[in-house]
Amino acid sequence: YNEALTAAQLNKNGCFVFKSASKKRKRQLGVGDDDNGSDRFRIGQKLWETVQMNTEVIQDQLNKKVLDSLAEFIKKHGLGCSSDVWRQRASEIPTAALMLGVNVPDHAMTFRSLCNLLQDSVTPFVVSVHAKECAVIPVKLLIQKVLEQLMGSGVSVDEEKEDDTALLQRTPCTISALCQWYKTVTKKCIQVSPERKENLTNNDLPQSLPVVVIFKDFEAFNSQVLQDFILICSRYTQELPFVFIFGIATSPSAIQHRLPHSVSSLLCIEVFHSLSCTQHLASVFDKLILNAQFPFKLSSRVIQVLVGVFLYHDFNVQNFVKGLQFSMLEHFNSQPLSLLCCQKQEALLSAKTLSKQNVEQIRHLPSFMRYVETQEPQEQVRLLTNDEHVKEVCQTLLKNLHKYHKNYYPILQCLHSLTSSLPKFPLGKHIRELHVSCIEKNLWETEEYDSALQLLRILAKDELVAALRKCAETLKSANTKRMQNALQQLEDFIGRLETLEEDSSGNGVISAKMEYQKTDLFQLQKTLLEKESRRTKRMNSFEVLRSQVMDFIDSLVREYLTPAEFQPLNEVCYYSSSGVLRHHPFYYLKVTDHSFRLTRFYDECS
Amino acid sequence: MTVIQVFHYEQRMSVTLQCPGYPEDTLRSLADRLPCRETQLKSLLSLMGQPDQYSYPSFFIYGHRATGKSHVVLSVMKDLELPHASVDCVECVSSGLLFHQVLSAFFGPDAAALLPRCPSLSDFVRLYKQMSSNSPATQTRYIILDRAERMRDMDFSLLPALLRLQELVNDNVTVILLSEIVWEKFRPNTGCFEPLLFHFPDYSKVELVQILSWDHHPSYTPELYASYINILLGVFFSVCRDLRELRHLAALNFSKFCEPLEKGEAKESDIHKLWKNIEPHLQRAMQTVYLREVSSVQWEQQQMDEKEATTLRVLSAHAHIELPYYSKFLLIAAYLASFNPARTDRRFFLKSHGKIRKTNFLKKHEKTSNHLLGPKPFPLDRLMAIFYSVVDSRVAPTASIFSQISSLVTLQLLSQVGHDDQLDSPKYKCSVSLDFILAISRTVGFDVVKYLYDFL
Repeated sequence: YNEALTAAQLNKNGCFVFKSASKKRKRQLGVGDDDNGSDRFRIGQKLWETVQMNTEVIQDQLNKKVLDSLAEFIKKHGLGCSSDVWRQRASEIPTAALMLGVNVPDHAMTFRSLCNLLQDSVTPFVVSVHAKECAVIPVKLLIQKVLEQLMGSGVSVDEEKEDDTALLQRTPCTISALCQWYKTVTKKCIQVSPERKENLTNNDLPQSLPVVVIFKDFEAFNSQVLQDFILICSRYTQELPFVFIFGIATSPSAIQHRLPHSVSSLLCIEVFHSLSCTQHLASVFDKLILNAQFPFKLSSRVIQVLVGVFLYHDFNVQNFVKGLQFSMLEHFNSQPLSLLCCQKQEALLSAKTLSKQNVEQIRHLPSFMRYVETQEPQEQVRLLTNDEHVKEVCQTLLKNLHKYHKNYYPILQCLHSLTSSLPKFPLGKHIRELHVSCIEKNLWETEEYDSALQLLRILAKDELVAALRKCAETLKSANTKRMQNALQQLEDFIGRLETLEEDSSGNGVISAKMEYQKTDLFQLQKTLLEKESRRTKRMNSFEVLRSQVMDFIDSLVREYLTPAEFQPLNEVCYYSSSGVLRHHPFYYLKVTDHSFRLTRFYDECS
Repeated sequence: MTVIQVFHYEQRMSVTLQCPGYPEDTLRSLADRLPCRETQLKSLLSLMGQPDQYSYPSFFIYGHRATGKSHVVLSVMKDLELPHASVDCVECVSSGLLFHQVLSAFFGPDAAALLPRCPSLSDFVRLYKQMSSNSPATQTRYIILDRAERMRDMDFSLLPALLRLQELVNDNVTVILLSEIVWEKFRPNTGCFEPLLFHFPDYSKVELVQILSWDHHPSYTPELYASYINILLGVFFSVCRDLRELRHLAALNFSKFCEPLEKGEAKESDIHKLWKNIEPHLQRAMQTVYLREVSSVQWEQQQMDEKEATTLRVLSAHAHIELPYYSKFLLIAAYLASFNPARTDRRFFLKSHGKIRKTNFLKKHEKTSNHLLGPKPFPLDRLMAIFYSVVDSRVAPTASIFSQISSLVTLQLLSQVGHDDQLDSPKYKCSVSLDFILAISRTVGFDVVKYLYDFL
């Protein structure tokens, strides 16, 4: 229980919730006196950190492009481009409309990295404002926010805290005051630290550092406030080089809806698109779930719940990652054998030193019981009585489990790259759908798989070769023996398909001449059917080869894409209680009071 | 050529501009710098009188955007070196800021610093009196309030007080209000001192040509530029008479106009050829850059790499919005609730509504389409009831559904009606267009038209 508490403290978000959940678990499983709690905590914490790190890395990678182009945009305007004279006459303010999508909570991270990037590489004068802070009608609050942030940042640059803060209290809250301040600060900047200047922009003469104002949630701003602010700022564009960044969740036309022409004509808008959230999710999925290196796994039900919440409710990647982390916590807390859920070497080591209690728990695992049933009677007895033997078997089973994962993911990707271009996507458009159906049941028994294979069997040659090439690419990165073997076979097939070129053209064509005699409908049907059957008999060499390839693919699928449930000891790695997740307040899926009333209302209606 | 003639004629007229008390050569240069505003300038100067005389307490100058109101007034002030305080009312979020700016312009920042923290009007008057007794006005002091329509939102006593500030502070001071709207919209209920009204009319086409021809390019003849301006106005005059906007457009498109000249394909006299070259370009500009669908920088870039002929993606082209699945249905439900009368819900969303009633319903009681009347507010309960019957799967009414409603409100796709503190049954309106909802419902495979009363 101690461990649960510390783990709960680790998770600041789900603190209270987690405590109660752990109590409940404890009662059910009776794991009050297990001794490996600290180990599990350590492993869990490590995995937690990997998740955190990986998501941040992914976010950075995904945002890099759009952030760099934004920085470029601001630099360009800061340095002044060819047409600056004209724009200043019309007092247009350069504005970047950053399209972010509706998953608002994910934006915080984007803006944080944007701020950091700008401050490091472009200008120290970056302000970001949030609609909540300054939604009141007079524009005063917004100006005050901007001033506070700017002058505050200037203070830290110049190490003259007392003077400037005193000044701020006395200066009126206007942009003209800001103007004055900006002049003095930039003068100081140039005089005091010319070398710092060079760091900022290694051009010969940067005439002005732009003042960047970021509106984090453009839609939420009161349009009157925005209009006033833009009008005021446009009066000062000559002295203060403003650049605006609008974080827009819906579409760029929101700007035109929100601002009248007289105001929007003061802006010089350029649109930047960030990556869509579904792409973001896909890369998180690739990195954290479809990865053999990451020992913790989710069952199909849990994935469905998490993805469902994402697609149906919030489009929020952060929430998805939180859900993943939460299920990880649950898993390490409720499953004592999660001790073995770590990298292979470590798992083998701890398998050697399993406690008596743990061995007993292994015996109670459904998957292990199934495994025992398949063994010889003599072996069964040993497994049920001899602890040492169980430990040894456990090690081999763990090895098998790791091997299974190592082979599973490359084949999954192969199958996905083959089927993702098929019409109507019988096996799903995204790899996550394929993954879910693979770990849920035997894929080859489903109708969708049959139809996919049928479609694959009529692929044209160049398409087939291209798809197989892609498969070969993915298999190259897998480094198990079996995968190398499969790769070799695949490359063999590709080679044969390519050399087929010459002779395939000649004998494939069947002379389609039909002697049209006067026959009745039945006769005609009969001859047509005969013709059809003759044609199938006489396959050309390409068709033969193609069906061989498909048989090979099919055999790979049947061998490697078996559901995880059938793997002994899968409970160690797989978290499967989707019900807990679904009804967890942390996940907000609790049925609300109000909605109970509503359902009654609805029931009465219908 | 006619343009130039008019221009000379005006210039000759301006020489006659004379006003006692002001240096004559300054007046002349002033008149040269303010083309087409000679009459206004003249009457303004005569109203102002000689600098040491008391002037009328307040003027009210009105006219459309970019008719040169502030430009004329400020040029007069600056060129004649009259003591003045120019304040933009948009900036004055409180009357204190206005007082501060006026005092610091007349008596220096030290005087302004004497104002208390939240100065009232009487504080201002007291301080002004005190200061002006130390340094009485030798010339009329002017307070110029730009965008004066904002004053109406400030303290109700401020405007009447400023209109007779001369009496209040007992100093030679005149307040000039500049506004885009007429005085009738200003007049407070309680009545006030009536300022002198003074209208700045719109520029005519000839005048616009004349003014725009002023900033001709140094490397081309003024005649060429004037003909360019004529072409430009031929395209834009019907939609836009805003001088600033036209000037911006003229600057943006001039390089394109000169392209054949640079390449040597045409001479300056080949006006027709030049016109043929620029006309379609200007038409395109009217649809894009004038509406700010394309930013001016992008427009210029496009001109530079014309060969690629890349069609710029205009702003309104990205109308597509990605929403979570249930948000889409919530939005559809909100749209239906907004545009269908509540009594028709039985007919649309009940399975056993019966046939007899259907015919009754098809009788349209209201002749007007609901789409013409605009969205109507609806309570949350109705939204949810429609939502559950519209969405195809069984959805648990969870908190995340409700949070989606509020996020739709922040995205301004829905708008909350009434007070914010209505916890029990908040009311909403759907603020998206029919086209938008059609696009949304297409993505989820829902035929929204079938459920709309107007299209029955």
